[in-house]
Amino acid sequence: MLTAMKAPLLAKLRRCLGRENVLTEPSELVVYECDGYTIEKNQPDAVVFPRSAEQVAEVVRLCNEYDVPVIPRAAGTSLAGGCLPVGGGVVVMLTRMNRILEIDLRNRMAVVEAGVPNLQLSRALAGTGYHFAPDPSSQVASTIGGNAATNAGGPHTLKYGVTVNHVLGAEAVLGDGSIIQCGPLPEPAGLDLIGVLVGSEGTLAILTKLWVRLTPNPQDYRTLRVIFNSVDDATNAIGDIIAAGIIPAAMELMDRGIVEAVEAAFHFGFPLDAEAIVVIELDGLSVSLDWQQRLVVELCNKWHAREVLQASTRAERELLWKCRKMAVGAVGRLSPSYCIQDGVVPRTQLPRILARVTEISGKHQVRIVNVAHAGDGNVHPILLFDERDKEQVARVLAAGEDILEECIRCGGSVTAEHGIGVEKLALMDRLFGPTDLTAMRRVRDAFNPAGRLNPGKLLPSANGDQTFRVGASRRALP
Amino acid sequence: MSSNHEPSKSQASAANPAASIGFELFLDCVHCGLCTSACPTYTELGDENDGPRGRIYLMRQIAEGRMELDESMRRHLDRCLDCRACETACPSGVHYGRLIEPFRLAVEESDKGLAKRFDWFRELVLFRLFPYANRIRLAMAPVRWAQRWGLYGLAERLGLFRLIPGRLGQMITLVGPPVDPGKKLPSFLPAVGRRRARVAFFVGCVAEAMFRHTHWATLRVLQENGCDILIPQGQGCCGAIHYHAGSSEGARRLADANVAAFELDGIDAIIVNHAGCGAMLKEYGIHWHDERQSARARFAAKVRDINEFLDQLGLIPPTGRIEAVATYHDACHLAHAQKVRDAPRRILGQIPGLELRELPETELCCGSAGTYNLNQPEMAQRLIRRKLDNVLRTGATIVLASNAGCLLQIGREVRQQRRPLTVMHPMDLLDLSYRGMGLRP
Repeated sequence: MLTAMKAPLLAKLRRCLGRENVLTEPSELVVYECDGYTIEKNQPDAVVFPRSAEQVAEVVRLCNEYDVPVIPRAAGTSLAGGCLPVGGGVVVMLTRMNRILEIDLRNRMAVVEAGVPNLQLSRALAGTGYHFAPDPSSQVASTIGGNAATNAGGPHTLKYGVTVNHVLGAEAVLGDGSIIQCGPLPEPAGLDLIGVLVGSEGTLAILTKLWVRLTPNPQDYRTLRVIFNSVDDATNAIGDIIAAGIIPAAMELMDRGIVEAVEAAFHFGFPLDAEAIVVIELDGLSVSLDWQQRLVVELCNKWHAREVLQASTRAERELLWKCRKMAVGAVGRLSPSYCIQDGVVPRTQLPRILARVTEISGKHQVRIVNVAHAGDGNVHPILLFDERDKEQVARVLAAGEDILEECIRCGGSVTAEHGIGVEKLALMDRLFGPTDLTAMRRVRDAFNPAGRLNPGKLLPSANGDQTFRVGASRRALP
Repeated sequence: MSSNHEPSKSQASAANPAASIGFELFLDCVHCGLCTSACPTYTELGDENDGPRGRIYLMRQIAEGRMELDESMRRHLDRCLDCRACETACPSGVHYGRLIEPFRLAVEESDKGLAKRFDWFRELVLFRLFPYANRIRLAMAPVRWAQRWGLYGLAERLGLFRLIPGRLGQMITLVGPPVDPGKKLPSFLPAVGRRRARVAFFVGCVAEAMFRHTHWATLRVLQENGCDILIPQGQGCCGAIHYHAGSSEGARRLADANVAAFELDGIDAIIVNHAGCGAMLKEYGIHWHDERQSARARFAAKVRDINEFLDQLGLIPPTGRIEAVATYHDACHLAHAQKVRDAPRRILGQIPGLELRELPETELCCGSAGTYNLNQPEMAQRLIRRKLDNVLRTGATIVLASNAGCLLQIGREVRQQRRPLTVMHPMDLLDLSYRGMGLRP
């Protein structure tokens, strides 16, 4: 942003939001230069904290007036650089819009502001018999607005679907500063704008309020941890379980590398020599679970499972899930930085992709450990490195790209739940044809005509120029 | 491979407050952000600068020489409660306390060099008054006198204390109504029945001046559980007040006095009943690197929180019924710094008749945080209101906390809001059950 332009805009932002809701000091902006994706960094010109949709709309209008990008952000747990202020601009923090407005059990619905952390809603629902189903591993911190913006998943999406399946209505601020509300309607009518907005990563609109579906808690759980001597056996067993007509609530795979980190963090008692550990959760009516469990155990044994153990207490189940959900953060015990990939392949291709990941790890000399929402075919290879070593960073980026290209070759995609952000922008034209991308750009232009909402994300520019790339000096890339 | 990225020697000068922090401690943070929602100040303010990930990022900028500490950074770093809830939340094992604490020490020390301004509060109250129980008692005399004559309650109701500016006013209002402290603590108390353990008891400063009744309760509970108790002479304040207010040297002197006072041979544990002191005692071994470090580490290894100790020993269940609904607040320095969460709940669960209800957001700091409520009253006020709202939501009539600071902070808010709540240490309640006294009128 040009300095001359900056002063009047900042003055207007302060007038609109109050001085305490606008940050402009360089030393206060520095923490906003990246999110959970630390490979690229760039400081915004200002950070603002609106408290209502009207204030968000006013900020967007002001930024339009001064031709400044607007970047929505809340918890900043994005793993694909979704909150990176690529070309500077104003970061709109939604964290002070964090009220649960209504819990309406009769309509199985909750109304929340965008900045409510995911788990806070489920905690508020304790005792009602309901919960909010999308459960990304970041759910303690990440917000429902952010979950909707990236169409986040989580272990239990295998059975319950991703965030878009749980959003009934949305209030959002469009690129021109107008506020729209789509839904909640008892039955869908008109164009499905919720489907368009959810997963649009802030490039179409800034979500400010959401009407979300509540899911009844299952009557009973069976949570199993199965130890396999090879990743192939594990993925084969997972395929067979689905083929046998059982849809578990979750089937999660951790390989030997990640188990080392998890064990160091939580001392669960996983064997460190196991090649693969699969967490399988069956849920539903108690009477339906016995035969399902028998069949699952049988199929695991068919694929040479070394051990099948059932979590016997609630505390054990909780610890098991904590281990899985905190696994990614726990890799901090293995290396100073990491980059987590988010590829997805048809379930049957799991053995192939995981074998290729091992090869790619060797080829680029990058240590890679794996967690996977295996039931969904969603792999999360975690590439370990030291961000201070630029040569290593380059190898990590190359390895990550190789993995994602392999996912495309397997008939899969480059993201299941983290989003495209800036990280995977370059892969979009390999995933989609030019006409597909043009259609998407037209949709974007309808919502965000001037392109100031979260520019440089999700959709590569039509002419291939990189207007909004981060300046070379601030890139970890050589 | 990384030679060109390490902070250079010139940056690691005395002027850089992050110089004394091992750089590898910063690298433990992978910037995932899962800690943010555990942080009380982030929860209240929603600003990355006021969350653990942001604060680590700020300190790292300074460590790397990318930025210099300025006023706004300092404001965000000072606002940290050092409650260490982020350590509990962190999957990556970041030792946040070992980042912020030395950082603050260095900032305080360099501050002294720059401007020799006299901070009466720090020099007189924190360093000369608080660490000494007898001086605290003396200083409280006017308040006690006012309480005896009924003037204190009147002044509190009329809001007169609000007219006393700053930290002095804050301090006066923290003093609760007088409780009979009991006699001076003896040097030895024998076990009741068969002896199961031999322990030494840590007395402390504020705890001794304001919570001697809780000390007595703790000692009686230990006796009931078959413990011989030694109360060594020559011990004093744990040093936490000095350490957290930026005087590492003052803290070291107090630590060494304590290490000298306790004879470790022949005792099973050093028992401490307030979480803030307990956390400090347990960290004696890591704060200073000198020839006495190993002696401090041996001392630290013997320290047990009373809840932790009784739980490990196996509580002899009390039989006196207490028909009440209670809720337990996790003191940060017990839950986060010492990782003691289940033990107090298991112990309280054995009091017949008592219904223990889980407190929503129990792991969120009450705003006391050592002397935080004196230095950052505004944030402390927001946090205690939030805490009390959560307590009231449970419908409990007793709120329990294992730390002097929390008891004072919660107690004041309860009085000011005139809520029908009793604020107690778990040992107070357990003692009543052992003695079959029920709840005091």
